[in-house]
Amino acid sequence: MSRIEDILKKRILVLDGAMGTMLQRYKFQEKDFRGERFKDWPSDLQGNNDLLSLTQPKAIADIHRKYFEAGADIVETNTFSGTSIAMADYGMESLVRELNYESARIAREVADEFTEKNPDKPRFVAGSIGPTNKTASMSPDVNDPGFRAVSFDELKIAYREQVEALLDGGVDLLLVETVFDTLNAKAALFAIEEVKEEKGSDAPIMISGTITDASGRTLSGQTAEAFLISVSHIPILSIGFNCALGASQLVPHLEVLSAKTDAAISAHPNAGLPNAFGEYDQSARQMADQIAEYLEKNLVNIVGGCCGTTPEHIRAIAELTAQYEPRPFSPVSAKVIQQ
Amino acid sequence: MENGIQTSIKTAKATRYLKLSGLEPLVVTPESNFVNVGERTNVAGSRKFLRLIKEDKFEEALEIAREQVEGGAQIIDINMDDGLIDGKEAMVRFLNLVVAEPDIARVPIMIDSSKWEIIEAGLQVVQGKCVVNSISLKEGEEEFLRQAKLIRRYGAAVIVMAFDEVGQADNYDRRIEIAKRSYDLLTGKAMFPPEDIIFDLNVFPVATGMEEHKRNALDFIEATAWVRKNLPYCSVSGGVSNVSFSFRGNNPVREAMHSVFLYHAIQAGMNIGIVNPTMLEVYDDIPKDLLERVEDVILNRRDDATERLLDFAETVVGKARENKADLSWREEPLQSRITRALVKGIDQYIEADVEEARQDADRPIEVIEGHLMTGMNVVGDLFGSGKMFLPQVVKSARVMKKAVAYLLPYIEEEKKSLPEAEQGKGNNGKILMATVKGDVHDIGKNIVSVVLACNNYEIVDLGVMVPPEKIIRKAKEEAVDVIGLSGLITPSLDEMVFLAKEMERQGFTVPLLIGGATTSKAHTAVKIDPQYSSAVVHVNDASRAVTVVGDLLQKEHSASYKSELKLDYESFREKFLKRGKRKEYLDIRDARENRFRIDWNKNSLFSPKLPGIHVLEEQELEPLLEYIDWTPFFRSWDLHGKYPQILEDEVVGPQARELFEDAQHIMKKIVKEKLLKARAVWGIFPANTIHDDDIELEVPEHIRKVVGSNTLTFHTLRQQLKKRAGVPNFALADFIAPKSSGIQDHIGCFCVSTGFGTQELAEKFEKELDDYNAIMVKALADRLAEAFAEYLHKEVRKKYWGYSAAEQLDNNALIAEEYRGIRPAPGYPACPDHLEKKTIWKLLQVEERIGVRLTESLAMWPAASVSGYYFAHPESRYFGVGKITEQQVADYAGRKGMELEEAKKWLAPNLAEETDQ
Repeated sequence: MSRIEDILKKRILVLDGAMGTMLQRYKFQEKDFRGERFKDWPSDLQGNNDLLSLTQPKAIADIHRKYFEAGADIVETNTFSGTSIAMADYGMESLVRELNYESARIAREVADEFTEKNPDKPRFVAGSIGPTNKTASMSPDVNDPGFRAVSFDELKIAYREQVEALLDGGVDLLLVETVFDTLNAKAALFAIEEVKEEKGSDAPIMISGTITDASGRTLSGQTAEAFLISVSHIPILSIGFNCALGASQLVPHLEVLSAKTDAAISAHPNAGLPNAFGEYDQSARQMADQIAEYLEKNLVNIVGGCCGTTPEHIRAIAELTAQYEPRPFSPVSAKVIQQ
Repeated sequence: MENGIQTSIKTAKATRYLKLSGLEPLVVTPESNFVNVGERTNVAGSRKFLRLIKEDKFEEALEIAREQVEGGAQIIDINMDDGLIDGKEAMVRFLNLVVAEPDIARVPIMIDSSKWEIIEAGLQVVQGKCVVNSISLKEGEEEFLRQAKLIRRYGAAVIVMAFDEVGQADNYDRRIEIAKRSYDLLTGKAMFPPEDIIFDLNVFPVATGMEEHKRNALDFIEATAWVRKNLPYCSVSGGVSNVSFSFRGNNPVREAMHSVFLYHAIQAGMNIGIVNPTMLEVYDDIPKDLLERVEDVILNRRDDATERLLDFAETVVGKARENKADLSWREEPLQSRITRALVKGIDQYIEADVEEARQDADRPIEVIEGHLMTGMNVVGDLFGSGKMFLPQVVKSARVMKKAVAYLLPYIEEEKKSLPEAEQGKGNNGKILMATVKGDVHDIGKNIVSVVLACNNYEIVDLGVMVPPEKIIRKAKEEAVDVIGLSGLITPSLDEMVFLAKEMERQGFTVPLLIGGATTSKAHTAVKIDPQYSSAVVHVNDASRAVTVVGDLLQKEHSASYKSELKLDYESFREKFLKRGKRKEYLDIRDARENRFRIDWNKNSLFSPKLPGIHVLEEQELEPLLEYIDWTPFFRSWDLHGKYPQILEDEVVGPQARELFEDAQHIMKKIVKEKLLKARAVWGIFPANTIHDDDIELEVPEHIRKVVGSNTLTFHTLRQQLKKRAGVPNFALADFIAPKSSGIQDHIGCFCVSTGFGTQELAEKFEKELDDYNAIMVKALADRLAEAFAEYLHKEVRKKYWGYSAAEQLDNNALIAEEYRGIRPAPGYPACPDHLEKKTIWKLLQVEERIGVRLTESLAMWPAASVSGYYFAHPESRYFGVGKITEQQVADYAGRKGMELEEAKKWLAPNLAEETDQ
């Protein structure tokens, strides 16, 4: 099996923190997003963070570097919206392959740089695969519940393009994250299986769902266990939750997963809940204190941060996790299914 | 310490259970109770669901899903396999609606189809972990593994049918052989998790009267135990209601059979099943005597188990019908007695009756061909219309056999005096039966086989999916006298055509029987019959097959029967093809020129005595009764013949009388308790024809505001087929004086309904599981509506319009339409455009005044309603518009101010083929 599985059995791995929060610090303007290459692009581009891998590649590499310096074992590529479906907002469907390939390549270079410096702590790149901006099992129109804005096949085709480019760009892992509609995730998993089979790849898969609020369910209505069952049909390295909630609020849902699966468990919560201005103000120390509960309860194998988290948060988390044993787990692989 | 806890948690989650999900999880553990799959959202399992889907009422269909989940279904099975439904579209649409309802979508979904494309489309719209129902080795390993791999990739569990390239597993050994092979392929080659495999080991009916069905339930139960023991982690499922198939109609017995079967199957390890909870008796509540007999049948504990249950079943179902052994039927004429003996399966008197018949007949064989076959035809009709059940048909066949056995010595005796060449073989003939290549359905074929076997034919049954070369080879080897082909799915039709060609090429002359659900006389006549120069017959039910085969093989008349058949099919084919035959159509301008010309003068027109709009809020039902035309009522029950003669009909008379009696009984109740409400609205308005084909009428002043104009126009369609000289091209507009004549004419229109209350009444009966009376109520409401229309037309002629004040016609004359004036209805031949109803509704404000509304396809609701126009001119008559060309449709669309495409859609059935024009 791949090295990451061996390492996961020995220690808890640390995932990076937010990309968007870090990018905000650069205060990029419309012209920065456009760069020279897209100066005449017909639509507004500010806010298309994935594009910065092409127009501000240094900034992206620097952010990866900061997270690795803070102690992260895995960084996520800057490809959260890297599908033709999400890129349609900017008319940039044709750039999808390049965006993913370049983002993967940037992260790969930085990771290799760190691994070379310290071969005892190899660094990994996870290709970030977001949920897109459409839902396959919910209608955007309350008056027409049977309507769907996107089909499984459309999603699958879009995800295939992203996954191929990420693998070609050199990612170690594929992270299907912020799953709020499980059907979208299933289309992503279907695409991943197809691409991996065609390429003969054995890149491990991580899945991370999003429990949207106190109801304890995903946006598409599933409980944590139903979500787990719905995505357990292919071999996965890890399953977990990210976004929407702070570290403490995730505990009960992580407990469900931990008790019901043999895969590794991941968590990358937000820096608490947003304040009245939509900002996250939980400090690195506060967040680490909450994450300590995961570790005390032996619930997780991979921890990181989502919205509002910074290299400071990751550093605090990395220092904390180093003191704990990982949760025991035994990943199920298709190749070892026996009676 | 901490380690210890971890280990125990780990053990728990490592165990391989079937895990499914909707919005919530469903984990099937050894401790789980039997998992109940709801079957009502299956077009094959629920007539109501089928109807709602067909009528595009998906919202209402959703309620069925909701009821099931509320009623305790842990999984819902959804199936849209029906010839008249676009299954893929319906599946996706329904699932999209289901997943939007959290209280339904909380349970996992079973996507049920025989078509892979429907299954795949379903898998693509559900986020939870579904169950696919089903895949099998039927098409071979490659396809099986391909589908399995995709199912795993979509994240679903799967039901595997015990079915392989050879056919459906129907005994213990085949069940375990196929299950083992499927399991090994799935886990070994498709990397399918064994806990996600559910075997459907084929629940087949017992107590069918056939020896080879006796172990059906027991084999299933024993195979279940084997599978659960030898194929780790998998589940076993089955459709329970199949087991009692031969007792359909007898719910107490069926419910007991289901409970007993489940009780034993669950003990053997069946952990999932499709069960209709309302068709389930509590095991412990089954009366001891019934329980014993049912268990005898399910567990095959005695040789006479079926007989004993059949006898008992009659007492269970018959309680309401016949309280005492009524022997008055023994007083009836000979043919009635023989027919009754066959229908009721009474063999007590058959020998005596047959002896009586034999003494009357010239030759003993005539008793078989005459009296006995007449009786068997009734059995066939009853069975065909679902009024008899398979075991009863088998019993009928036994009475038949006994009668034949009695006659045989006489027939043999007679043969001795005949030349050797005319002597038959030991049996009546040898018949090859096969379900054609690519098709797996054989219930109908098996029924035909058993009934024929009971009639002393030797059956060579080749089973299902029989390749044509095998049929040909076996037919030669066995020197069969008849070949019977069966098929249920549409591609089978082509297989049959191919076989007919092949038989012709190889010089066969034996008759070819065609049967099965998709087959039809039309297809047989048009596609199969021309391929084969010998006889081809379409036979769609078991008892009829006996007559047909008898006629085909009966030495004396078979040649003439066969040539009659050929002629019959030929003329049927011609009639059928005529529709597509090249016909000549007139330019619409020429058709108008050739219109029906009435010599307009004031004397032939009659100004209405009471013009304007009239409403009858509540019409008494009693006066309508005498206007009922009963003939269509009998036709709706598959009893053909004219009323009242039908009541004395030799064959259907008794049935017709019984039906009529039941009808009178309900009708009395309806009238007395005012269970149906009759309402009507009608009016007569000044009108003239304009632009040849349109009728412009004057809207009464007081409603002009509501209607929104001073005039309204009825648009009529004109016959366009080229007629022989002197025959006009009719349009309804021809019956109204043209504006240019300067003569003021009138037109009337109306809507009557007797449907208010029908639905409630029918539902009440349905709730009591009394489909008979539920259908009866609807049939009667329809008759009353027609009667009301007839009655009102008379009132209009005599009183409101008043042009026939002195008319005196009895009901027969009314039915024969011997009166002046017509009342054609939009959507019927003279005015096929349903859209015209909208104008009637606008003018008469039908919905506002009497509550009859138009559906989006312009059907009237309640259904028992009639609407139409009144034309008063003595020369007005009924006619059919027939086919029209696109030219007229375009002209019509222009007159109506609608899009051509829209008009073409509504008039599609009347639009001539392009090549015709």
